[in-house]
This record gives sequence, C-alpha cells and structure tokens, in this order.
Amino acid sequence: MHMADALVSPAVGGAFWVVSGTALAASCRSARRSPDGLGVPLTGVLGAFIFALQMLNFAIPGTGSSGHLVGSLLLGILLGPHAAFLTITSVLVVQSLFFADGGLLALGCNIFNMGFLPIFVAYPCLYRPLAGAGGPGRRTAATLAAAAGGMLLGALAVALETRLSGLSALPLRTFLLALLPIHLVIGLAEGAATAGILRFFRRARPELLERAPGGRTSWRAVTLVGMLAVFTGGCLSWGASRYPDGLEWAVARVAGAGAPARPAKADVPARPAGADVQARPAGAEVPARPAGADVPARPAGPGAPEGALHQRLEAVQRTTALLPDYALPGRDGTPEPSRAGTSLSGLVGGALTLLLVAGVALALKFRRRTA
Amino acid sequence: MGGTADPFLELATLDALAGGRSAIHRLEPRAKVVTVAAFAVLVASFGRYDVARLLPFALFPAVLVTLSDTPARYLLKRVLAALPFVLFVGILNPFLDRAPALAVGGLTLSGGWLSFASILLRFALTVSTALTLMATTRFDEVCLALERLGLPRVFTLQLSFLYRYAFVLFAEAQRMLQAYRLRAFGRRISLGQFGAMAAQLLLRTWDRAVRIHRAMVARGFTGRFQPPAARAWGLSDTLFTAGWLAAFATLRWVDLPRLLGGLAWGGPG
Amino acid sequence: MSPADGSVAVAGLSFSYPDGTLALRDVSFRIEPGACVALIGANGAGKSTLLLHLNGSALPGPGLGTVTIGAREVGPGSLDAVRRTVGMVFQDPDDQLFMPTVREDVAFGPGNLGLDPAEVARRVDRALATVDLAQVAHKPPYHLSAGQKRRAAIATVLAMEPGILVMDEPTTGLDPRARRQLIELLKGFGHTRIIATHDLELVLELCERTIILHEGSVQADGPTRRLFEDPGLLAACHLERPPSLRPCPSCGANPMTDAY
Repeated sequence: MHMADALVSPAVGGAFWVVSGTALAASCRSARRSPDGLGVPLTGVLGAFIFALQMLNFAIPGTGSSGHLVGSLLLGILLGPHAAFLTITSVLVVQSLFFADGGLLALGCNIFNMGFLPIFVAYPCLYRPLAGAGGPGRRTAATLAAAAGGMLLGALAVALETRLSGLSALPLRTFLLALLPIHLVIGLAEGAATAGILRFFRRARPELLERAPGGRTSWRAVTLVGMLAVFTGGCLSWGASRYPDGLEWAVARVAGAGAPARPAKADVPARPAGADVQARPAGAEVPARPAGADVPARPAGPGAPEGALHQRLEAVQRTTALLPDYALPGRDGTPEPSRAGTSLSGLVGGALTLLLVAGVALALKFRRRTA
Repeated sequence: MGGTADPFLELATLDALAGGRSAIHRLEPRAKVVTVAAFAVLVASFGRYDVARLLPFALFPAVLVTLSDTPARYLLKRVLAALPFVLFVGILNPFLDRAPALAVGGLTLSGGWLSFASILLRFALTVSTALTLMATTRFDEVCLALERLGLPRVFTLQLSFLYRYAFVLFAEAQRMLQAYRLRAFGRRISLGQFGAMAAQLLLRTWDRAVRIHRAMVARGFTGRFQPPAARAWGLSDTLFTAGWLAAFATLRWVDLPRLLGGLAWGGPG
Repeated sequence: MSPADGSVAVAGLSFSYPDGTLALRDVSFRIEPGACVALIGANGAGKSTLLLHLNGSALPGPGLGTVTIGAREVGPGSLDAVRRTVGMVFQDPDDQLFMPTVREDVAFGPGNLGLDPAEVARRVDRALATVDLAQVAHKPPYHLSAGQKRRAAIATVLAMEPGILVMDEPTTGLDPRARRQLIELLKGFGHTRIIATHDLELVLELCERTIILHEGSVQADGPTRRLFEDPGLLAACHLERPPSLRPCPSCGANPMTDAY
C-alpha cells in the first residue's frame, strides 16, 4: 500500500506531510511526557522487529498469494497509540529511504494511510469497543474487524490521494473497485495473523498485555488531525478543480509568457485563454455535485479520438461523481504540442541535455582518476 | 513492499557504502539532506506532461554518484528493482489519455505516453538521488541532520535504535526462516505457524528491550540522552548547498532543453 | 577511590520471581576489595539473579536480606552511587552496545555522570586503549567481531571507572584467541571482579576464590582449587571438574596429586 511519488502531486504530498508531521509531533510530546515504561529501547527494538518480520511471508488462505504483516494494529495493541504511531512511522521512514518503498514526497501520505488511520482510527474506534473486556473470542473478532477496517480506510485514502493529485489518469471509481476488495482480504489476513501472534504472546506474558495503555490518547489532538486532513482534502479538491496543474499555472502567470493553454480541467470558467477547448455539457463544471446525481452520458465530441475504454470509464465516472471530474484531456481532438510540457525541440534539447550531463559525469570521473 | 529478496543485504550494502571517504561523504549531513529534499520537491513540482524539462535534473545524481564512487550499476539495479509498482500504476495512462500531444515526424505521441514517461523519469530521479544520499551518509548522521533541522529528539532516537537493532533482528528472523525452510520442504508458512514464529521473535525482542534498558540504567541513564558532538559546517558545505539550490531553481524555471533544442534545431519551440 | 569502596557484602539475600519460584535462598558472602571471585553453578541456579542484585537492577524485598557495596546498602536512595561503583558487563554485548558507534557507547556512561566533555573524552580514550579498540572506535557495533564486541562492552563499563566489575558469562561465544585476550585483560585489572561463568578453566586461571550456587543457595564458598578437587561436591551441583584437573587420558597421571 506504499504510494510512490509518481502518484502524488506536490500539493497533496505537502498537505499530508503537514498532517502526518502534526500527528508525529503530538505523539513525540506524549512519549516525552510519559517516562514510565521502557521508552525508546522498546519502541526502537520493536520497530526493528516489525521491519524484520516483513521477511516472513505467510500464505493467505483462500487466495494463492502470500502476504506479510504491516503491524500497525499489533503495535497499537502492544504499545498504545502514541508509541505505536512513532514506531510505525520510523519503520516507514527507513523503508522509504533505503528501499524506495514509498516515495519521499508521498511519505506523509503513507504515514497517514498506514499509521494514522489504523492506529488512531481503527484501533480506538473498532478494536477497543469491540474487544472491550471480553474473552479470546471477542478479542479475535475485534482484531479482525479493526485490521480489515484499518486496511480499507487506508486503501480508500490511497485512492482519494491519487485522485486529488491528478497525476494518474485512472478514474476514482475504477481504482476503488480494484483496491477495496483486495485490501479487505489483506486486512482480514493481517487481522488473523495479528490475533495469532497476540494469542501466543498473551499465553507467555499475560502481564504485558494487561498494562497496554490507550486511555491516555488526547482525543482533541486526534480530532484536530482528522479534521485537518478532511479540510485539506476539501481545499485541495476545490483547488484542483479550479486551477489545473496549480504550480505550472502560477508559474506561467508569473513568467507572463504565453501560458500554454492547459485544458486539463476544461470546465473552469475563470481560466486563461483556452480557445481550443470545447465547452463541456452542462452539469460537468460544478465541483460540488450532489452525490449520485444522474447525468446523461456525454455524447462523443466531434473528432474525439478516445478509445472505448476511455468512454466507458468516463460514463462510469459521471454517474458516480462525488468529487469534481477529472477531465481526461484532449477530447477535443486538436493536437496541441505546446500544451504538453514537452515539444519537439524540447525533446531534442532533452537529448542534448542528457549528453551534457553524461559528459560532465565522465569529465569528473576522468579528472579524479588523474588527480 | 518489503520487496527486495534480502533486505538485510540491501541495508548492509548501503551501510557499508556510507562509510566511504569521498568529498561527498565528508560533506555536512545537513547540506546533503537539504539539497536532496529540495531536489525531490522541485522534481515533483513539474507538470504532468513534462518530460524533457526533467532531464537536466539528472545532473545532480550523476555528479553525486561520480564524485562519491558509488557503484552506478548497483544504483541502477536498485532503481529497476523498485520500478515494477510504478510501472503498473503508470502504464494505464497511455490507454486512458489518448489525446495526441506531440507530433514527431510521422509519429504522434498521446498525452498518456508523455505522462507515463514523466512518471518514470521522476521516479528514477528521486529514487536514485535518495539512495545516493543513503550511500554517502551514515544513517545516524542523517538522523542527526534531521534533528538539527527540527525533527523531535524522541523520533531521532527511535530511528537510531531501529537502525542499530535492525541488523540483529534481521539475523534472528533469517535464522528462524532458515530453520523453518529446512523442515518445510517447500511449503509456505501458514497463518498459524506465522503467529507462533512471530510471537517467539516478539518475546525475544521484548526481553532484549528489557535488557537494553537495564544496561542503560546501569550506566546512569535517567531518561535524557546527551546531545552528541556537533559537526562543523564549513565553506564547502555552504558552496555545495547554495550552488545546487541555485542550479535547481534555474533549471526549474528555465527550459534548458528547449533552449538547447532551439539552438540545435533552429526551428520553433 | 578508597579500597573500602570495592568491597561487596551480601547478607541473607532471598528472592522470588513474580510467579512464585524461589530464585535465591538466604545467600550470604563477603568479598574484599581487589579480589577475583567466580560464581559458578548449573543453569537456573540463580547466578544471573544474584548478579542483578549487585548493581541495583533488582532490589531485595523488605526483610529478605541486604546487599552492601562499599559502605552503602543498595536501596532506592543509593542507586546512583551504587551504579557508579559497580560496573556490570552483560551476557550479550549487543544489549549493551546500543549507540551508533563504539565511541558513543563508551562515552554514554561518563556522559550520564555529568562530567565535562574533556573529561569524558579522556575517559573514553583511556578505556578504549585498555581494551585495545582505539582503532575501531568510529565503527558501529554490528561491524565488530564477537571478541571485539565483548571488549567494547567492557570498555563501556570501564569508562565509568568503577571499583567493582561484575561479569556475566564473559567468554561465551569467543574463539580461543579472543578468549585468551580477554583472560589476559582481566588478569591485569585491579578492580574487584565477580565473574559468573561456566568456563571453569577460566575460573582456575583467574579466580582464587569460588562460590558455588545450587538451586538458589550457596553450596560452597572457598579457594577454587579446593572446591574443584571435591568430585562429590561438583557432582551434587551438576558441575564437572575442568579438563586440566582430570587424569590424563593417555598416561593416567593425576594433575591434582602427581607433581609435574
């Protein structure tokens, strides 16, 4: 479920960096304030444990594939939310830096999806109420529910973040249809594995599980971070729908040069000249569309070179639009060399640039060898 | 996700490389962290369809790799190993985004292909640069740099301890896996077996944490870690940082490929 | 540091684990400063538990005995002072080398003592020189060999300049050369040394006095040679005579009685 930088726009990436950073700061403060317990030796070593545990792949029953433990819920149950969040974040940071598992820009998103959601949402809202003070049966059920719930929330978040970033051309609904069922299965497997571990662990060290804190979560902090995330998402979706490729547009405006017309969101009225863009049928422009509003399928524009796949997905998108449309570009059929960031001479220049770079590298190497 | 076959080896290799003594290795860690972060942000800030304009940014990893003697082939291998997932995500673009965007001679490229290429290029740039950072800077120095740049002490310590004991835990997990394989005759680990094995490892890990804590307390630990010795920031660090940041800014806003292409091609941009 | 600081006195110490198992049963002994005493016994005899009491990692319950280090009784109020005096080297060096580099590990203890950086550096250099690890001080602990790790762990404790060294199984996992280096190192120390070990050859070579623990209580406490010459005693404690004291397999000569 690690998101690569390729999927994430700077706006979305940056926003979630802020969200995750806030949550991390809160958890660090909480960790500093409670000096009881083993502290960093325990969380550090358990982080290494989770990291190493990912080497042990187990067979997911029912499917033909293997999975490994993500471990957020396990850590939450063993350490309480704040210490667990610190730990899983540290694991994600190391994975991103050393293994390119998840990009650097997307790290904020990944920490949110795989850390914040399972630990600060699924654990308190699903595990604790369901497990209560119950016996093994209730605890196992709670573990399964919380793991599956956390995984589904994470998958939903991945889809939404991808959609908001607008870098992948995949429509939201399709993405969700692909992600959610898979992650339900993965989540249940994670829950079963977590429950299994805890069962053995409890048998050997019952006293360690009784002490698991969790009541000291500052609910204000959690709510704040959650609201921040929703607010950010809302702003971004509004922004993304109005200002295509926000940074590019801003730069073009500032540079004053003839901004390449970017009809990526062709519906926005307050846009700079985009004379070659045909107006879309009514009902498509408005960002805040009531959920489930039925919109007639758009008739194919004149000369539009879309494939059948494209059209079908578009139709699907329109009937389920809860978020502003991702306007798949170029429906008007006009070739626009300048609207892409790359032109022919750009490509030639690009090749020359590469040669230049290679030349510099070789020169440096040569100089060092003779130095 | 935990994709490499032997994460221990990957970690150990980067750790070994980071012990080098080249000019890049000797730079102050903060300088390297700041430039790499700026690099990642600027590369990510390009538009969806930008391909050529990303290419000049390859200068940064190229120079770093050359000056630090990082094995380029190793880097390439790591980038390629992490590629499949990005490939899978990006490959849909050409199918969904069919509008012609670029005409080259008789060939017309759709926007989807351009955005796909852009995704791949961005990936290659950021991943190779991040790996080069880890191959030229010891992890505890990266952590220190992050702390000096504002990361909370608790988290830096967390990262330090995780890294320090990752090797130990990897070795234990590998031994456990090996012991399993010798008696499993090719069968995969079942859920139940996994629970038992992982629980064993967890118990030993927890006990180890208790012993480490005991050892720390026995040497006078009272809960507060001493700040380690500061590394001096020198002129070369300033030049490195300022120079590269300026270069990134220039390359971001000046379309170098187009200029070069214009010069070479002579035609309209 | 006055010689009296290096003395250890345990009186009537008893200890049970939370699950009720009795680990120590009325253990008493006195050790003079500078002495080298071995603590031997089968696994589960209580050696490690006893060692934990010597530096305050475990505290005696009310009425369950006392542990006195130098002039101080070990208790909640004297922990800091006790830990300065007693340096404990644990069984697994990895548990003790938790900082990114060896130098930082060795500096950890003196740093916590509140000493100024110059003094800390001096102590670090001295400790590293004593164990002959100055050239690897900049390396991370997982790059060290088993023998080097063991010596590094000792250095981390030496830097605190304790009067008493307590060691738990110091030669486990060492190859013969590393073991020899360690024994020579320990021979050179003037500290009070208490060594829990299975390595009876080391005991013969290093420790003039031995305490045998069996099922939590002291079975014997006296000169090493005399204890080792009592086969009945050793067998009763699930121990064996070390090879160098057994009759020669080829000529039958008995090293304990025959002169050679």
